[in-house]
Amino acid sequence: MGSIFQIILQRLALGILTLLIVSIVIFVAVNALPGDFAQAILGQGATDEAVAQIRADLGLDQNYFMRYFSWLGNVLTGDLGISFAQMNFASNMGGDQLVGVVEQIAPRFKATMFLAGVTAMFAVPISITLGVLAALYRNSIFDRAVNIATLSSISSPEFFLAYILILVLAVLNPIFPSLSNVYEGMALGEKLNRTMLPALTLTLVVTAHMMRMTRAAIINLLASPYIEMARLKGISPMRVIVRHALPNALAPIINVIALNLAYLITGVVVVEVVFVYPGIGQLFVDSVKIRDIPVVQACCLIFAAAYILLNLMADILSILSNPRLRHPK
Amino acid sequence: MTQQLLKIRGLKIEGKSDEVWSPIVNWIDLDLQKGEVLGLIGESGAGKSTVGLAAMGFTRDGCRISGGTVDFDGVDLVAASAAVKRNMLGKRIAYVAQSAAASFNPAHRLIDQHTEAPTQHKIRANAESELDGMELYRRLRLPDPENIGFRYPHQVSGGQLQRAMTAMAMSCRPDLIIFDEPTTALDVTTQIEVLAAIRDIVEQFDTAAIYISHDLAVVAQMADRIKVLLRGDEVEEAETRAMLSAPCEDYTKSLWAVRSFQRPAKPAISAGATPIVSLKKISAAYGKSPVLFDVPFDIHAGRTVAVVGESGSGKSTTARSITGLLPPSQGHVEFNGEVLPLDYRKRSKDQLRQVQMIYQMADTALNPRSSIGDIIGRPVQFYSGLTGIAKRKRVEELLVQIELEPGQYIDRLPSELSGGQKQRIGIARALAAEPQFIICDEVTSALDQLVAEGILKLLAQLQDDLSLSYMFITHDLATVRAISDEVVVMKDGKVVEQGPKAEMFQPPHHPYTDLLLSSVPEMDPDWLTNLLNGRGVDNIGDAAVGKM
Repeated sequence: MGSIFQIILQRLALGILTLLIVSIVIFVAVNALPGDFAQAILGQGATDEAVAQIRADLGLDQNYFMRYFSWLGNVLTGDLGISFAQMNFASNMGGDQLVGVVEQIAPRFKATMFLAGVTAMFAVPISITLGVLAALYRNSIFDRAVNIATLSSISSPEFFLAYILILVLAVLNPIFPSLSNVYEGMALGEKLNRTMLPALTLTLVVTAHMMRMTRAAIINLLASPYIEMARLKGISPMRVIVRHALPNALAPIINVIALNLAYLITGVVVVEVVFVYPGIGQLFVDSVKIRDIPVVQACCLIFAAAYILLNLMADILSILSNPRLRHPK
Repeated sequence: MTQQLLKIRGLKIEGKSDEVWSPIVNWIDLDLQKGEVLGLIGESGAGKSTVGLAAMGFTRDGCRISGGTVDFDGVDLVAASAAVKRNMLGKRIAYVAQSAAASFNPAHRLIDQHTEAPTQHKIRANAESELDGMELYRRLRLPDPENIGFRYPHQVSGGQLQRAMTAMAMSCRPDLIIFDEPTTALDVTTQIEVLAAIRDIVEQFDTAAIYISHDLAVVAQMADRIKVLLRGDEVEEAETRAMLSAPCEDYTKSLWAVRSFQRPAKPAISAGATPIVSLKKISAAYGKSPVLFDVPFDIHAGRTVAVVGESGSGKSTTARSITGLLPPSQGHVEFNGEVLPLDYRKRSKDQLRQVQMIYQMADTALNPRSSIGDIIGRPVQFYSGLTGIAKRKRVEELLVQIELEPGQYIDRLPSELSGGQKQRIGIARALAAEPQFIICDEVTSALDQLVAEGILKLLAQLQDDLSLSYMFITHDLATVRAISDEVVVMKDGKVVEQGPKAEMFQPPHHPYTDLLLSSVPEMDPDWLTNLLNGRGVDNIGDAAVGKM
């Protein structure tokens, strides 16, 4: 087991290093955005003095290195800064209660994780089951139907799927609400009810990828001698697939699942907008619009961390699914 | 009173290639009594495995049974439904595959795979069949039978896996087991253990078996009757002893005669001659694990040194060290008395030219997307700088040398050639560099005996014409006998014994050489029995433990 620990530690260290590099990329990219917050809020009539004043108040006049390292230092202590939009500066009188970026992002992030979690609970079992069945009945009508259905759902724009679901499940048959304005403290049942339509939309979006990978990974193994052996032992086709092929096909499937989960956390702005779901994606887009640097950087960092963490977990699970690494000679 | 168990009549099997069904098996009749062992023998492509699988009512993807009946104890497996067949498979007819390492599922422990058939067929409960598995492991003389089942396939050696697979086939006490080349992938010394174990257990349970092999001597030890196949047709069938002493058909006779090829002995090396290649105490390691220890030997001009040993003995690593692909950690190689740089990247073009290699798997050693002309033309251009028409002429010359018609082959792709022809292309590619020394790494072990003999004869001819020196890596002692002048025996990365061929095949031997030599199956149905009696069964058990 020692070697597995070593591998995991190694991956973890690599993940942290990646995150550090990503933080630099984020910082550079955000600062390379044309225009800045001062110009954005003061509009076209801004005097140079006013712009300079705001920049000084926000610390935007310091050099890049200073700003990067003070930001990084704060992030490491859990302080993501304060949103520019909330701050008192120059002639702009903000509120007395300053809300930090952490407090601002936390409920949004929780909502996003909730949506991603609900979606994953539908999408992952459905995709794997469909993938296994498609492999079992490969080249049959069922296989083709599943392939066509999932491919068309992944090929349609997300908002289109969303509106179709709204039409069918909210307007024609009012089963679920079409608005998903969940908030903290809402009862779980009500929250689930309101999350159902966006979750279903996203399920349709991510299923095809995972299902096709499951099918392909299994079919890839069906020519192996040990599958032939299982058949020659008189094992039923279903058991051949589930017990003999699937355990050996896990690594690629796990990786695709991780990639799709990461997408659910970072890439669902369109669905959030359609259903007015208060997720992190909307906040991110709004902040970019007004050049609210602390929020944008924090969102980017969270997205990057989600990607890295999920891929790390996928790596570790793939390693654990390999008996050669789990049980060394 | 014998009782008919399997009756195959007029079996025809077709295979699909390029959307066209073409026959693989033309017409086979086969009878098997209860408790009888039938040997199926033939070259690759003869349809042995296909017939073996068809006896279970099974065909591989892309094949179909197009005619005939397979009557197993009153049930026609060709006409039977999938469910009926599934109920027979594993329970009444079991299969032992060629490569146990590939045929055990890497994701499950041996015992779980062992108990799967009995529990799925509802013959025995899981706990009960675990105990039964341990008992079978014990009978098959696997080390530590109580615990070995709880290992994963990759934690067990090849010979042990093959026995565990035989145990698995026995798990439901079937009436018939198909053994599909079960020892082909094993070393000679391991092969004996597996053969003895299989023969014993088949006798103990009075199981009928079809034993498929390309090796006559092996089949002779196992089978009561032998059937010879050639390209999907039966050549002849007879009782083992009758077949061995008096084969009727010319084809069978030619199979028997393969091992008779032998080069005339060459004069002894004159004292003081500089060897063309000289290994000065080479040691090498993969990463931190050492694999070669102080390997010394010389190869003289125009001669063949056979390097013999089991898999893992360091034969191929020695070759990699000589070529500089794996620079030795200690020692060095001299070529015509001149020290070669250890790493091939530091060698001059001329030094590279002098040492060429021919590989075991011609399939993977040739670029499938290059034409034969390009494959041979590349080294011609690289080493001799010829281009255009001159290059093509040289390629044609080389093709003539390896006895392939240039006009017919120069524009083909490797996939359009047979295994033997591909290996000839490998030889031509090595010759294109005009080397003095060629390393042949198991060049005949993937080939049928008749084809292999053709390659050996060609190599011998080329040696005479071009005064080449060969280092011939092989685990097959018949090949050694056929082609070598000197022999080097390796074990665990060390040279155990070396000397001229005549001496090596004469006693007294080093004990390991003796073990290797005595393990080569002979065309005598009593060979295995006599050998086991001579060695004592305990001895074999020790050998098995020694290889853990």
